[in-house]
Amino acid sequence: MATAAAQGGLFRRPTATTGWWSWVTTVDHKKIGILYCATALAFFVIGGIEALAIRTQLAVPNGTTLTAETYNQFFTMHGLTMIFLVVMPLGVGIMNYLAPLMIGARDVAFPRINAFSYWVFLLGGLFLYSSFFLGGAPDGGWFGYAPLSTQLPGNGMTFYALGLQILGVASLLGAVNFIVTILNMRAPGMTLMRMPVFIWMTLVTAFLLLFAMPVIAVALFELMFDRVYNANFFNPATGGDPVLWQHLFWLFGHPEVYIMILPAMGIISDVLPTFSRKPIFGYAAIVFAGIAIGFMGWGVWAHHMFAVGLGPVANSAFALSTMFIAVPTGVKIFNWLGTMWKGDLHFNTPMLFAIGFVSMFIIGGLSGVTHAIVPSDAQQTDTYYIVAHFHYVLFGGAIFGLFSGLYYWWPKVFGKLLSEGLGKVHFWLMFIGFNLAFGPMHILGLEGMPRRTYTYPDGMGWNLWNLVATVGAFIIAVSIAVFLVNAVRTKRKGREAGADPWDGRTLEWSTPSPAPAYNFAEVPIVKARDDFWHRKYVVKPDEQVTPVVAGGAVAAHEDEHDPGHGIHLPAPSFLPVLAAPGLPIMAYGVIYSWPLIVVGGLLLLLALFGWVLEPSEVEH
Amino acid sequence: MAKTKPAYSRTFTRRAVRGALVLLLLLSATACARSEDVPQSSLEPAGEFARAPDVLWNVTLAIAAVVFVLVQGVLVFALIRFRHKEGRKAAQFHGNTKVEVALTVVPALILAGLAIPTVGTIFDLQGDPATDVMRVEVIAHQFWWEFNYPEQGVTTANELHIPVDQEVVLELQGAATDAVDGNAEVIHSFWIPRLGGAQDMIPGHTNFLRISADEPGRFMGQCKEFCGLSHANMRVVAYSHTQEDFDAWVEEQNAPAAENASGDAGAGQELFTETFDVRSTVVEEGADAYQCASCHAVQPGVEVPLRTGPNLTHFASRSTFAGATFENNAENLAAWLRDPHGVRPGSKMPALDLSEDEINDLVAYLQSLE
Amino acid sequence: MATGELTPAVHEHHTSTGLDNTKMAMWAFLGSECLFFGSFISTYLLYRNQTADGPTSADLYDIPYTSVSSFVLLMSSLTMVLALAACHRKDQRGMRAWLLATALLGMVFIGGQIYEFTEFAHEGLALSVSPFGSSFFVLTGFHGAHVTVGILMLLLLVGMSMFDRLGPDDSRKVELIGLYWHFVDIVWIIIFTVVYLIPS
Repeated sequence: MATAAAQGGLFRRPTATTGWWSWVTTVDHKKIGILYCATALAFFVIGGIEALAIRTQLAVPNGTTLTAETYNQFFTMHGLTMIFLVVMPLGVGIMNYLAPLMIGARDVAFPRINAFSYWVFLLGGLFLYSSFFLGGAPDGGWFGYAPLSTQLPGNGMTFYALGLQILGVASLLGAVNFIVTILNMRAPGMTLMRMPVFIWMTLVTAFLLLFAMPVIAVALFELMFDRVYNANFFNPATGGDPVLWQHLFWLFGHPEVYIMILPAMGIISDVLPTFSRKPIFGYAAIVFAGIAIGFMGWGVWAHHMFAVGLGPVANSAFALSTMFIAVPTGVKIFNWLGTMWKGDLHFNTPMLFAIGFVSMFIIGGLSGVTHAIVPSDAQQTDTYYIVAHFHYVLFGGAIFGLFSGLYYWWPKVFGKLLSEGLGKVHFWLMFIGFNLAFGPMHILGLEGMPRRTYTYPDGMGWNLWNLVATVGAFIIAVSIAVFLVNAVRTKRKGREAGADPWDGRTLEWSTPSPAPAYNFAEVPIVKARDDFWHRKYVVKPDEQVTPVVAGGAVAAHEDEHDPGHGIHLPAPSFLPVLAAPGLPIMAYGVIYSWPLIVVGGLLLLLALFGWVLEPSEVEH
Repeated sequence: MAKTKPAYSRTFTRRAVRGALVLLLLLSATACARSEDVPQSSLEPAGEFARAPDVLWNVTLAIAAVVFVLVQGVLVFALIRFRHKEGRKAAQFHGNTKVEVALTVVPALILAGLAIPTVGTIFDLQGDPATDVMRVEVIAHQFWWEFNYPEQGVTTANELHIPVDQEVVLELQGAATDAVDGNAEVIHSFWIPRLGGAQDMIPGHTNFLRISADEPGRFMGQCKEFCGLSHANMRVVAYSHTQEDFDAWVEEQNAPAAENASGDAGAGQELFTETFDVRSTVVEEGADAYQCASCHAVQPGVEVPLRTGPNLTHFASRSTFAGATFENNAENLAAWLRDPHGVRPGSKMPALDLSEDEINDLVAYLQSLE
Repeated sequence: MATGELTPAVHEHHTSTGLDNTKMAMWAFLGSECLFFGSFISTYLLYRNQTADGPTSADLYDIPYTSVSSFVLLMSSLTMVLALAACHRKDQRGMRAWLLATALLGMVFIGGQIYEFTEFAHEGLALSVSPFGSSFFVLTGFHGAHVTVGILMLLLLVGMSMFDRLGPDDSRKVELIGLYWHFVDIVWIIIFTVVYLIPS
């Protein structure tokens, strides 16, 4: 019976399934996914405001909107926000909601750790932003090169070191969770090669996180020790080497960019087939290309260091490895094109964003290859040409892909379809604004404008394109506003979606919308890749696609009250949200007063103690 | 089955394509800007070591442009040709091994083709220098450049002079500590785009950068590695001269600086060697009394006690000052002396709380240092 | 349409690979720990001779002493194996005894580390003295922190067993802590070899 297990814990386990307390104590991957995405979108707006401030300052030469001090904080926080508080958590949020559904599972392997990861992420982001009110935000760039980062006065860069550590804990635990979930909790018949491409990309991303996060953790600890405890890791006066920071940072940093792009690549690999009405072109090749990128991504890090003076042999080696990672990337692009080829293309909003991804990523990928040409990179590096490149792949690529996913799965999550009309306005405004903002930056960089400069003088030939870029940035802002309006209006009076509004191919569309707490009334038995689609359609020998006769397709049950025999669901718990603050409290302790470290540590320890003793399931 | 409205409009495509073409034209027009309009352009090489990367860039750009047109072209074609129309059926193929193999092998071959000249140029640029190079030592500070010419015995700041047709090897010495406040020096990056690519200047390391200029001219550059508050204000100017003119410049630099000892300039000279109360925690305590002369040399071959500030020998012969940020004129000098941190945030020049008269005198003195 | 196997959240369930969830999680976590310690060891290797004006490793290291404490830690891995064996044969008291022995040996090791570090500090080595000092203390310090966490987990296991919260079928939890403990021991073997035994 239900309560026997609940009595065993130190405190009774919460049982709420609605209301705000249910969100605080949830261990349901779906609620956690929504929390991640909502929080990430909030940070997106904040990071966007930082970008607008930057662009306003740079719209004209000798701008006076921001002082140098403020500018340096803004560009640092813009980068940190967009990378760690937007793109990564949006990917994780979508992965959270969808992964168990796509593999036919009821939840992830470790639901409480999943919740803990979210709360640590939220508190880590808040910790980082609290720096604005506590003497100044980090101002040494998101890349924090030592020895500048070890000696910038104030607490800003210490917030940087500690904040990223906290966020890293969330990412690492999430990685372990997804690896175990995907490898171990697939529905019967769901072999690895029958998994949706999105799940494969999630798996590769999780492995990249698993091995990359510890490296930056080490770098950040060394930075923290230098700043707070006078260590000498990066102190050239005693023999410390600033290049060590760069090696550690980029050993993390390069896999990090694949961590950011692979989920989006996975998303569009599922969106494109749905709206082209045909299967993904070259499934195995796309999967293996993703795995190849995961491996090869570890061998290119020093292409961020071509001007450091590593020597011609090292530079040549990394030039070659960087060029060759373009091959599996190209394979994916060609396969996406092949997916659309001879398809029956429907240009709903998710499809528009997916196509936008492909188009913008071609540009970003090509500019990336040009960076591999080392002598040319000596001109390109640290200029706006690089800024253009990474915004093309991270905004034109990752963000577009993530929005494709949001529009695509919104009906599954909320049961309502986002407005197509507003969605298209969002897409076109964003597409135009984005290209206006970042296209000209290629030219600015080649014409000699360096990065991370709070102002530039008149007479350099940069005025026109800076102004154009600023206009583009504001157009992007308007497009985001359109999206937010769409989201709010849909909540109030959106169209009911039903289980399968897009005539999808993968398992998540076989559940009602919104997906019920238990995901599947009965765990599916998977017989093929795109199993759900094959239950709906049969492909005749002459390539004619015909719907299966009624009774064959899985009808999504709207009835939640009778899910069949007792389904074991992981019970809610407040221990993740109790344990999570321990980390930022310890971090504040490092900055302000060491007893806080003990307080935070004890909180964490005691909460973990309660967590271990709490039974993990209660009968539903 | 889902109902989707055919919402794609052909006229919209046409407009979008037209708009994109216009943008492309504008972009290419700017790319052909001339060097006077764009003094720091990397696309206007003025010497052998800037030309080598530029050649590679042109080849790569050409290949990238072809790939871009082809791939985007296939995309646009597919979007138009295969868009949903009543009765359209999607072909249900899962792949095409031949096509997939070809599209893996061909890019690999193209890249391999690019790799060969790339590696060749890497070794050329970083290989052994020619036998008759001229060496200049560069030390980067926050936020200015120090230049030492060991063969010519010249020390100067922020403005680099080189002879034409001469391979110059810049020895980028990464000082471990900042001589002003004893903190670690930070990473900078030396870059004059028209003369060559950049190389970082890393505390504790020495890097080498080879540059040369074909013709006499003036070239602008900037620090490229974020180095603090005035990273944006850490610029550099290079002048290339005929060999004669360069030799003349060396002679001038080695000659004693003319110091006008009368009038305002004379008063300024006295101020220059007067001890000030320095409103700054930046300059080391207990060092030799804080005079301008403690940190700034105004005669060739003079070692200042603290050796922390830009060498001002023949200061009036320079076209810029303060990290080549400001034009060297009275108004700018006055603004600088009045409030160095206001015009250059994070500058290590102490604030001196000078009266307007004192500023006036000092400016006159500095402008007399021909 | 056949019904699939229900998949409750934790133990007693079928997994796609046949490997238990928490065990796979521990292996994954230990994989990331390899890079964590690998990065600190690399830092140490880079800085082992950057001693500034401070003491060098030749001045400080007492190999016989550290060999003894390494041996202690190695023995604790043996007792850990014995604890798991006791658990498998349902010998709860034996398991508790061996777990305690493991924790105790771990504490002796930590005690030895603390003594060694205090000695080094008296000889003039500190984080703030040189890159060598920084990397030595941070590397060995983090290892010590990991051992300490392991000791806490071992004591928790003992406590749970004493209060009947660790059933005779629950060898899984003991195995998990064992995996972690052996890993921490292996890391020490590497550190001992690289830091102490290989001369700079």
